[in-house]
Amino acid sequence: MTTDEHALATTEHNPVAGLSHDSTGGISNVVLGMLLFLTSEVMFFAGLFAAYFSVRAHSPLWPPLNPETSEAFHVEILPLVGPATVLLILSSFTCQFAVWGIRRGDRVAFVRNIAVTFVIGITFLVMQAIDYAALGSEGLTLASGPYGTTYFTLTGFHGAHVFGGVVMLGVVLYRGMSGQFSARHHDAVEAASLYWHFVDVVWILLFSLLYLLPGKTPQG
Amino acid sequence: MATTVLHPAAPTYRSGLYDWITTTDHKKIGILYIVNSFIFFFIGGILAMLVRSELAFPGLQILSDQTYNEVFTMHATMMIFLFVIPMLAGFGNYVMPLQIGAPDMAFPRINALSFWMLPLGGFLILLGFVTGGTAAAGWTSYSPLAQDRPLGSTGSGQDLWIVGLTLVGTSSILGAVNFLVTIFKMRAPGMTLFRMPLLTWTVLVTAVLVLLATPVFTSAVIMLFIDRNLGGSFFDPANGGDAILYQNVFWFYSHPAVYVMILIAMGTVSEILPVFSRKPLFGYKAFVFATVAIGALGFSVWAHHMFTTGAVYLPFFSLMTFLIAVPTGVKFFNWIFTMWRGQIRVATPLLFAIGFLTMFLIGGINGAFSASVPVDFALHDTYFVVAHLHYVLFGGSVFGIMAGLYYWFPKMTGRMLNETLGKIQFVLMFIGFNMTFFPMHELGLSGMPRRIADYSSTAGWNDLNLVATIGGFTIAASMVPLLWNVFLSLRSGAIAGDDPWEGNTLEWATTSPPPPYNFDRLPEIRSERPVFDARHGPKSHALTTTDEH
Repeated sequence: MTTDEHALATTEHNPVAGLSHDSTGGISNVVLGMLLFLTSEVMFFAGLFAAYFSVRAHSPLWPPLNPETSEAFHVEILPLVGPATVLLILSSFTCQFAVWGIRRGDRVAFVRNIAVTFVIGITFLVMQAIDYAALGSEGLTLASGPYGTTYFTLTGFHGAHVFGGVVMLGVVLYRGMSGQFSARHHDAVEAASLYWHFVDVVWILLFSLLYLLPGKTPQG
Repeated sequence: MATTVLHPAAPTYRSGLYDWITTTDHKKIGILYIVNSFIFFFIGGILAMLVRSELAFPGLQILSDQTYNEVFTMHATMMIFLFVIPMLAGFGNYVMPLQIGAPDMAFPRINALSFWMLPLGGFLILLGFVTGGTAAAGWTSYSPLAQDRPLGSTGSGQDLWIVGLTLVGTSSILGAVNFLVTIFKMRAPGMTLFRMPLLTWTVLVTAVLVLLATPVFTSAVIMLFIDRNLGGSFFDPANGGDAILYQNVFWFYSHPAVYVMILIAMGTVSEILPVFSRKPLFGYKAFVFATVAIGALGFSVWAHHMFTTGAVYLPFFSLMTFLIAVPTGVKFFNWIFTMWRGQIRVATPLLFAIGFLTMFLIGGINGAFSASVPVDFALHDTYFVVAHLHYVLFGGSVFGIMAGLYYWFPKMTGRMLNETLGKIQFVLMFIGFNMTFFPMHELGLSGMPRRIADYSSTAGWNDLNLVATIGGFTIAASMVPLLWNVFLSLRSGAIAGDDPWEGNTLEWATTSPPPPYNFDRLPEIRSERPVFDARHGPKSHALTTTDEH
């Protein structure tokens, strides 16, 4: 038996050393932890979505009219929300390019793509803030009835998650720039990317729900 | 750059208190969970004694209507969210990594974070007592009762309740992620899923329930918070909201939470019965599948709390509720046939386990009554429901917790608890429990509603209420031998040794208490009873830690 084989056998069968790290391959603890955490996030948004459908079903008219002008609120895709949506979807791609980059060990591509993703995330938040301000000046707020409450709660919690994702991307970017990730050690990148994709998917669902799903009239 | 290799046993000195506050050792965190839960158990218990004192006689003697509402709301909140759930999580924290042969949880620092949110959350909830009144809308906090408006819950106490429970919920979710990753990724070589001890299996299913259900509860209370403080209109019909919506999102969590509160207790009992009957558990796989089935069915029964709202499909939820009795019945077969023709050793853990079996059985049967829609229409919101929920949560969960405490205390401290004091506690608790809660069936059937501070002296409820109150104080008295026992044992208890009960599972293969890294050596794992195999099997080729690496 050569020395190398012996060393391998010790690592595999040592009851203590073999356990402190995953020795059998497969998904890493961090990535599995993030996937499970995202499962709970899905259920959190499921609760909010359920509330949206329930409140909407109880409303005779959806979306309701602005009581001051008797016209519809300007919850519209252009000029801001559509471009913000396109940007956010693009950022999922750049995020994945970053992951593929670090898996190959290409730190330059990784850092560049994470930086782009990070900037898009911030841009999305700024666009959302401008949109909120416009809606607020029209009189649509969290307190203006079921429509405003559900709209701002759903998009607000999504925005909070985008913010969380931006913080994660910022940490990953900082650590990436200081060379802490490599092709073998980049669990944090994988986990942050999963989170970012989740945030993106939630937005696609929210966008479809709030902007694409036809409203309902008293007869319908 | 130099590489430092830390031997797992590298000694680091830290002062006692600092060590407990900063620890990331799953065993110390488990003990913190247990101690913290007992503190809230005693607070909740004092509140329960206030409730029983007020109800001992008709008329208002010691509490006002409003204070009474606060007291029963806080009693349930403490017992459910800050005693039973975290207590069982504490057993999971302490015992589960040992049972699967792991050196710690997968994320030790997140584990510490999960724990420290609990005392903070509990403190915030109780803070209402000094800020002008706690939450007073019941632990369910139905809307519009819990809305901030006249006749609703107007104080900041309700908001503190929401914030506190959001913390407690986050703690549960992070804990569940940690449990699941630990179970899936940290098992010792040979510890396949179907060799895992039953406590570990119940921790696994509980963690899945917490992971899927608790976030929905968080969303429910956050929406309630928005309604109360930011002018939202989710749940208040006066603002175009939907009151039934709250009940749906609330019970979507809070019914699975019932299984969160019982499964680990079932797992505990399933560890104890084989050891004290000197037999393997009868039907290991059937028990595992029954646990999984209870977890899965648990998500389809929430609306049986809402039969009388007229807003749910009664036959479906009634049928699913009855179905839960099937896997639960399977477990009763497991437990009874484990004891059947065994060499029973009547020690305190076994007594409490048998207390669990008998009392939980009653709780299951009166639960099946309530699952029947027409019966439920008569019994809804009466003391019958209070009797039922205490037979499952006290007769079930708390007896299971006591069983686990007597069973694992020697492992946690290295010292035995006194058997005589343990048996005195069991007898007092068993008698007190039945005196308190059995009469509530009769009170409910004769129409006494829940959550009332006062009742008519001519309604015929006087005697039974007085009996219940005497029983309640008997339960309180049963805590005296427990505390005295723990005190005596820590001071001068008999030394336990590694394996005082001749256990089956890996926690008994290490010292009592175990070293920070848990195991110097592990026996071979060839079945779900590795320690039994090592004790009775052919001389095993046990693996030892080598220092060569």
